[in-house]
Amino acid sequence: MEFGIVELSRMQFAMTAMYHFLFVPLTLGLSILVAIMETVYVMTNRPIWRQMTKFWGTLFGINFVLGVATGITMEFQFGMNWSYYSHYVGDIFGAPLAIEGLMAFFLEATFVGLFFFGWDKLSKVAHLAVAWLVAIGSNFSALWILIANGWMQNPVGAEFNPMTMRMEMTDFFAVLFNEVAQAKFVHTVSAGYVTASVFVIGVSAWYMLKGRHIELARRSITVGAAFGLASALSVVLLGDESGYSATHSQKMKLAAIEAMWETHEAPAPFNLIGFPDQEARETHYAIEIPWAMGLIGTRSLTTEIPGINDLVAQAEDRIRSGLIAYEALLEVRENRAGTDPAVMATFEAHSADLGFAFLLKKYVDNPLDATEAQIKAAADDTVPTVWPLFWAFRLMVGLGFGFIGTMLYFFYRASFKGMHFPRPALHLAVWMIPAPWIAAELGWFVAEFGRQPWTVDGVLPTAMSVSALSMTEVALTLAGFVIFYTVLFIIEMGLMLKYIRKGPFQDVAETEAWNTRHNDRLAGRRNADAIAQPDLHPAE
Amino acid sequence: MILHELIAYDVLRVIWWGLLGVLLIGFALTDGFDMGVGALLPFVGKTDIERRVAINTVGPVWEGNQVWFILGGGAIFAAWPPLYAVSFSGFYLAMFVILAAFIVRPVAFKYRSKRDDPRWRNAWDWALFASGTIPALLFGVAVGNVIQGVPFHFTDDLHTIYEGAWYIKFIGLLDPFSVLAGVVSLSMLVMHGAAWLTLKAEGVVQSRARAIGSVAALVAVGSYVLAGLWMAVGVEGYRIVGDYVTNGPSNPLHFEVERTASWLTAYLDRPWIVIAPIMGILGGGLTFLGLRAGREVSTLLFSKMAILGVISSVGLTMFPFIMPSSSDPQSSLTVWNSSSSHLTLFIMLVVTAIFMPLILMYTAWVYKVLWGKVTEADVSENSHSVY
Repeated sequence: MEFGIVELSRMQFAMTAMYHFLFVPLTLGLSILVAIMETVYVMTNRPIWRQMTKFWGTLFGINFVLGVATGITMEFQFGMNWSYYSHYVGDIFGAPLAIEGLMAFFLEATFVGLFFFGWDKLSKVAHLAVAWLVAIGSNFSALWILIANGWMQNPVGAEFNPMTMRMEMTDFFAVLFNEVAQAKFVHTVSAGYVTASVFVIGVSAWYMLKGRHIELARRSITVGAAFGLASALSVVLLGDESGYSATHSQKMKLAAIEAMWETHEAPAPFNLIGFPDQEARETHYAIEIPWAMGLIGTRSLTTEIPGINDLVAQAEDRIRSGLIAYEALLEVRENRAGTDPAVMATFEAHSADLGFAFLLKKYVDNPLDATEAQIKAAADDTVPTVWPLFWAFRLMVGLGFGFIGTMLYFFYRASFKGMHFPRPALHLAVWMIPAPWIAAELGWFVAEFGRQPWTVDGVLPTAMSVSALSMTEVALTLAGFVIFYTVLFIIEMGLMLKYIRKGPFQDVAETEAWNTRHNDRLAGRRNADAIAQPDLHPAE
Repeated sequence: MILHELIAYDVLRVIWWGLLGVLLIGFALTDGFDMGVGALLPFVGKTDIERRVAINTVGPVWEGNQVWFILGGGAIFAAWPPLYAVSFSGFYLAMFVILAAFIVRPVAFKYRSKRDDPRWRNAWDWALFASGTIPALLFGVAVGNVIQGVPFHFTDDLHTIYEGAWYIKFIGLLDPFSVLAGVVSLSMLVMHGAAWLTLKAEGVVQSRARAIGSVAALVAVGSYVLAGLWMAVGVEGYRIVGDYVTNGPSNPLHFEVERTASWLTAYLDRPWIVIAPIMGILGGGLTFLGLRAGREVSTLLFSKMAILGVISSVGLTMFPFIMPSSSDPQSSLTVWNSSSSHLTLFIMLVVTAIFMPLILMYTAWVYKVLWGKVTEADVSENSHSVY
């Protein structure tokens, strides 16, 4: 494969998106965990819960800010690096991004400042409301982003307009209630909850191993395990839902994940393990579980799931149909409103396959000049590289079941064994901290790499989506992002570790003093404020 | 869905042109003072505690303010996809610099006071200074380029092609007129930041801000007037010629455009728009007086008036053009040829009509909770929870 502007732009997108997603899952989950802790504090009035809220809140803040900072790149680089994509599908894809800003991001960003700065300015209940608004905002944010992403996987509610040379929205609610988007949303936020639970349990386990902050650590593990268990179950369940919806909307991705070359008589088996061979189109040393794939994919014993070879044959038909659409399109573009109705009818009959004709642009400037061999090659291009998908998916699922096991165990110890945890389990919890991040990145890899060669499945090829930039420009920004993000990552990790080592700043006595002050202030006895003490932290 | 037919396509386009202005102005009014405070930071704060006071005046609100920028990007994507596609890829490296600034700034706010090491804090102070100053300058430079036209054209299937090598595309942005426009925006936002600090700080931080801010106000008014004179004699305008429809498909290639002697003929066609530059100049002048006199709330309002006037004057003067092409005028983006579809504009309007008032309400509530001055005592007493 030659390395050009498309590959370079893809590298930049993959790098910035995967980096962004190092911070997002923790934000999604920790915002809710912190709000839960503060809820317990407000309900029980026990200072330890306030201490927990503030401690985990501090770590949340360090992480949140990088999620915000790297999210900015995501919002703008469609226009910067993928300008034809932006033109071609902006009418549909732009809307959820803008709604995300209006409905979700404004909410979380406006209130997150008050969360950190508002402890002395708000009543307890008002501050709790602020914490929940931040959590709700973050999670709504994920909803709209996944509606946008879901549309790229399963482009519903839109059609091509030859006058404007782009896809235009025909049904907003179809975009909104896209089954792929809905399944992805719950799957993704649950993955975020698991991430935060594993993080909270891991850090707390480290404190317990060190014999520090035992009270805080035990309670944190209990909250984390309960929340994490529900989330881990939800991730796997909704992952299954994604697989089910992929059966009708993303057949090629599903077949590639399964390395299923031939259409198997229903119900198809599931390849537990094997070595996919793209050249020979077969999977060596496959260990199969009979019926499993058919059950997961179709929830029936009689429905067939098409294999890769059949899907390639279908793609070839669609390329030929797309060429008819392309030829008619040139005429429509020339004559505009004065187009012969017969040509218009031909175009409309074949316009759903127009994107397949664009696959030929990789080989020839004018798709109509394509040779038979080029059409065959373009049809073969619709198969993503199988082995990374095959393995990434299996690793992710394995980790998913691992989380369920771990959470079950910690939940059991916390609920029935008086919050006593054996040391080996605590060690395991510490070492497990990176695992959910790995699973989340693998999940995105499967979703996005599995969609290739398309940016919008069946509609717009990736090769056509890029901006007309020079290699130098993209290389410069890619290098810039790599250096910049690496430095930020090191700084973030440094601060995170510093604040974890330092532990909760306020001890319980201090929190009780704060409570007194807070009650005095609410009762209007501001002058009685206990803070009028010698300054313990003189100005630097 | 036929509900969207209730509002005519061209009316929706004009509404979204107005909302584009609202977003840009909302961004400049809120995030503008954050950038201004960043640009002022090394000058108003000589000691760590003084700088912390300045930083904490915007500490709880910059995050919400920055959303105006992100929402601006999202709304342009949704309502004006060709503008999103052409401008962000056309100003590629300049956009990267702006992104870098907007990425480093949140981190600088959040991380600066998390270590005591003076070198650590100094480095982040410089990051705050640069991430306030550079975007404030570059936004104006970009507007200067848009006013003069940007060298791009569309192919038949609406791929965008830019003229010139990559370094020309980047360095070429800095022509004299655009640099002047950059000076207008930088000085205007420094003035706005100073007005904010006058309201939120006291003592030496406040008095330094007032001194620098009054100079910035004079520079802003002077450079704005100069740019106006320059546009009268030295900058060509554009106009649509021939028959065209305002509610047709969004395809620039369906239009004919030619260059004119000056944009300012718009003031003969629509004399009422003169109110915008008057507000800009008057607002800047009153901000100067307010800063000198030590007025607090009214100075910030005057500064807002100046920003409102200056930004809207650009849009009103260029209407219906949004981003003209200097190398191929026919490719120019206008209100009539670069919007989303009728349905998308309608849906986005409904969503905006629901959420924008909510946003304004809760933002106002947050500012109300945070009302009052940030003092050195506040910062040192809450040293561990504030920035």
